[in-house]
Amino acid sequence: MTTILDPKKDSKIPEGPLAEKWTSYKGHQKLVNPANKRRLDIIVVGTGLAGGSAAASLGELGFNVLNFCIQDSPRRAHSIAAQGGINAAKNYQNDGDSVYRLFYDTIKGGDYRAREANVHRLAEVSNNIIDQCVAQGVPFAREYGGLLDNRSFGGAQVSRTFYAKGQTGQQLLLGAYSALSRQVAKGSVKLYSRYEMLDVVIIDGRARGIIARNLVTGEIERFSAHAVVLGTGGYGNTFFLSTNAMGSNGSPLIQAYKKGAYFANPCYAQIHPTCIPVHGEFQSKLTLMSESLRNDGRIWVPKKKEDAEAIRAGKLKPTQIKEEDRDYYLERRYPAFGNLVPRDVASRAAKERCDAGFGVNNTGLAVYLDFSAAIQRLGKSVVEAKYGNLFQMYEKIVDENPYETPMMIYPAIHYTMGGIWVDYELQTSIKGLFAIGEANFSDHGANRLGASALMQGLADGYFVLPYTIQNYLADQITVPRFSTSLPEFDEAENGIKQKIAKLFAIKGKHSVDSIHKKLGLIMWDNVGMARTEASLTKAIEELKALKNDFWTNLYIPGEPNDLNTELEKALRLDDFIEIGLLMAYDALNRKESCGGHFREEHQTPEGEALRHDDEFSYVACWKYVQDGSAPELVKEPLDYEFVVRQQRNYKS
Amino acid sequence: MSWLLNSSIGRKLIMSVSGFFLVFFLIFHATMNMVAVFSEDAYNTICGLLGANWYAVAGTAVLGGFVAIHFIYALLLTLQNRKARGNANYAVSVRPSGVEWASQNMFVLGIIIVGFMLLHFSQFWYKMMFTELMGHHEVALGTSTVSPKDGAEFVKFYFSHLWVVVAYLIWYVALWFHLSHGIWSAFQTIGTSGKIWLSRWKVIGNIFATVVMLAFAFVTIYFYARSVIDPSTVAMYY
Amino acid sequence: MDKTINIKLKIWRQKGPKYQGAFKDYSLDGVSVDTSFLEMLDILNETLINKGEEPVVFDHDCREGICGMCSLYVNGHPHGPDEDVTTCQLHMRKFKDGETITVEPWRSAGFPVIRDLMVDRRAFDKIIQAGGYVSVNTGGVPDANAIAIPKPIADEAMDAASCIGCGACVAACKNGSAMLFLSAKVSQLALLPQGKVEAATRAKNMVAKMDELGFGACTNTGACEVECPKSISISNIARLNREFLKAKFND
Repeated sequence: MTTILDPKKDSKIPEGPLAEKWTSYKGHQKLVNPANKRRLDIIVVGTGLAGGSAAASLGELGFNVLNFCIQDSPRRAHSIAAQGGINAAKNYQNDGDSVYRLFYDTIKGGDYRAREANVHRLAEVSNNIIDQCVAQGVPFAREYGGLLDNRSFGGAQVSRTFYAKGQTGQQLLLGAYSALSRQVAKGSVKLYSRYEMLDVVIIDGRARGIIARNLVTGEIERFSAHAVVLGTGGYGNTFFLSTNAMGSNGSPLIQAYKKGAYFANPCYAQIHPTCIPVHGEFQSKLTLMSESLRNDGRIWVPKKKEDAEAIRAGKLKPTQIKEEDRDYYLERRYPAFGNLVPRDVASRAAKERCDAGFGVNNTGLAVYLDFSAAIQRLGKSVVEAKYGNLFQMYEKIVDENPYETPMMIYPAIHYTMGGIWVDYELQTSIKGLFAIGEANFSDHGANRLGASALMQGLADGYFVLPYTIQNYLADQITVPRFSTSLPEFDEAENGIKQKIAKLFAIKGKHSVDSIHKKLGLIMWDNVGMARTEASLTKAIEELKALKNDFWTNLYIPGEPNDLNTELEKALRLDDFIEIGLLMAYDALNRKESCGGHFREEHQTPEGEALRHDDEFSYVACWKYVQDGSAPELVKEPLDYEFVVRQQRNYKS
Repeated sequence: MSWLLNSSIGRKLIMSVSGFFLVFFLIFHATMNMVAVFSEDAYNTICGLLGANWYAVAGTAVLGGFVAIHFIYALLLTLQNRKARGNANYAVSVRPSGVEWASQNMFVLGIIIVGFMLLHFSQFWYKMMFTELMGHHEVALGTSTVSPKDGAEFVKFYFSHLWVVVAYLIWYVALWFHLSHGIWSAFQTIGTSGKIWLSRWKVIGNIFATVVMLAFAFVTIYFYARSVIDPSTVAMYY
Repeated sequence: MDKTINIKLKIWRQKGPKYQGAFKDYSLDGVSVDTSFLEMLDILNETLINKGEEPVVFDHDCREGICGMCSLYVNGHPHGPDEDVTTCQLHMRKFKDGETITVEPWRSAGFPVIRDLMVDRRAFDKIIQAGGYVSVNTGGVPDANAIAIPKPIADEAMDAASCIGCGACVAACKNGSAMLFLSAKVSQLALLPQGKVEAATRAKNMVAKMDELGFGACTNTGACEVECPKSISISNIARLNREFLKAKFND
């Protein structure tokens, strides 16, 4: 018997009209008075856009914050790599934008698999984010009149994306990092860099602390708090090759999951259409080229198969192919949105062309992104001003000049919409444990629109969590600080120490990376851009075998109680395999196609994703049972009260 | 004002300002030397003014003070910077293209300059102003004696020796390198530099250093050449 | 398939800050010129692990040139011989077949070695904590378009703000000075009206912190600018000097 969550009771979605829910919530929630805030400790894990902004804002409010990151500095969190921009419903361009339109585009872009109330709140606070960042000194791009400039992004017909060259994520993160640094100087936030969370400690059903490993000394340490916030990002690295940073991992999510938090919609993974294609077996990661390139670049493959074959054999250059022999397949298939269709649509279309034999590069796994028309229309200097740094990056990696020859791109794993299930307050199914940013599942449904990740991370960290967490903490003001010598801490620490000892005891022959690469291949081939019942069943079998492989053949050099990068990777890989299984179980369960989840059995005659709203209009929450068993499904129904669900249409 | 002595930028300001002062002195000195080419009498008049008069002595003291400050702070900053660099040196270290050689060797250049300065002082200042201050009115120069106010004679005498000329020319080259970096660096330190002015100051600094050093070199070579062409002008000293 | 090269590596190995380090020689054959420098190190580490040895420890994360985590002093240059890139963007096509590549950690008293090629750059965080921010709390700020900022000013602030905090400037500087890093932040915020309010205290506090942490003084060699993967201009240092002196003389 599947458990069904109640949107009002369990998800705590406030009553009232859509546009008034958040205002009404804020008006009625409980708050903590300033004197009590000092007595409450909050652990924030992660220092990216969500974690960093949350730690800074909570510190400003007067809470006592402990902030953790695995890198040497909070400024290195992977939010920094976001290139294109951040959405907001400012309507500075007078092109018809509004909070409702941003809400609607996000819901539609997410293929009607997100919670209406959450998404509307996101759209509401989007404007505050831009104000906040400008006040912090974020140097957004400006027009000659001195006002803020906007660019267009996929999935929208308005220009609502604010940007700072091709480094928007960097600038926003440095803004949050500066706010965080200010709190560190004030003493309200204590920073723990090069620390990795290894478990969450639960006391009487509430999250009360974490166990973390000092990555420099290898020491296992205990930290207690009244609440724990996870802002640890997504789990794209399950695929080994992704656009994520090397250190990005899903382990905190698995730790929460194993302690009883639901893992929601794990199968929703976004494949980004504009990445630099794979070049060889030792490739360690895939580099993303900003989606903003699709504003001016045109995507095509040869119209004739023989041309594509000649290109693959190195006998023909793309510039030699005549205009009429080029297939601008996105413009052909989706006249209304053209090259600016949402990411999932663009990625699948590229895969479809390559699978049909029209792919380029020596692998046949690439399509062209061509700027010759834009250079002709705007001039090289304008193109350079807009995309110069991206072109340079491409040239450094591929050794080809994109001003002269079209870029080659191919889809790659980029972002995971799924994550830890949270209610409207961003609280997980464990009391006192919160998840924000990419780590939670809440706002993007089955597909995230470009420039919305930054928006969600900062919305959660600056404007949502600092409110909602108080509704929880208001009841905790009489709870004294916790001692870390409680038996629950002993138990959690011992569990970790045993696991580490077990890993060292394997003494196999294979490196962590070699096993991780196997995991990546299983995932990409079977749980990737196109999934079938057969591929997913196969994946589950292979992943179970891989888990066994990991626990019999792994070799970790060095010592446990010391700096040990291989041990760090091994601990993360064990959890990635768990996530891989969750993704496969979820994808197998979801017998429909929506957003980033495409089941080949469920497509329209034109090859578009086919949803089954009657059966699958729910959030699939997975509950941990025990090691080796399939997880248990819990459903949160998605009742669309305000938006009429449609087949997504980017054609007209 | 303790920041001037304690902060890194304050110390740099001291280097910059004392450097500027020395640059101004160089302009004065080069101009004065050029006068000797045109009129020995005029040159001697200037030397006379710079003798044991109170303002000349005060000026010399101030000048000496600036040299000392410039040198002591160079030493202080160099020591501080070496400490900041740490004890470990790179096994492979390449001067990146675009970085002037002089900029990384200012202290060494400075020591070379000071070394030659001592030579210069022993030849000129010690026998001129210092002699006067000691109350003497005559000083030995070669096999002859002259008035310490008679600067032109000193010039003619010393610059008739080839080794002195070569030594001075080496000195000027070192000074040129020191100035080619020092001038724009001084402007950079006081903050009067931006994306455009940065390169302008570099050009201005190079032109300035070249003109001033050519002036010094010209005077040196001129008097050497005169002594070769017409040995009678310096015969009394041999 | 791809062109490959054989290389020899001289890599600095050091157990910890208090241990004596030394170079160790390795050789790698058949490295594709299309692999990145860090992927080459991955390959080396894979061979070391397979032999039961401890891998070379180095910092890295995003591998697309923006997080600033990767370091490495390669053949006498921070971030290697290529221009305007971080080590993770450096590719093996920049090296010749048979070449010996020397890999060292950043060397500066401000950045002590943690292990092998990994150094501690927390001093940079401390400099930012001393004033590299605008003191605004979340919420209660004016509309983003309330103050117009001339585009050239905003662009210049952006150029300064593109600093990734990798520390190549300190590594390249013969004085171990952090002036380029510091000036980039001071400049960005001094240019923008939002940051002007605290410009004076910011410059003073950040310079004082830099001095306190034992970084050297700037002697304007410009090596930092040349080696900076983001081409941060030393004109920012002039602006920092200006801001600092202005602040001190106004005291």
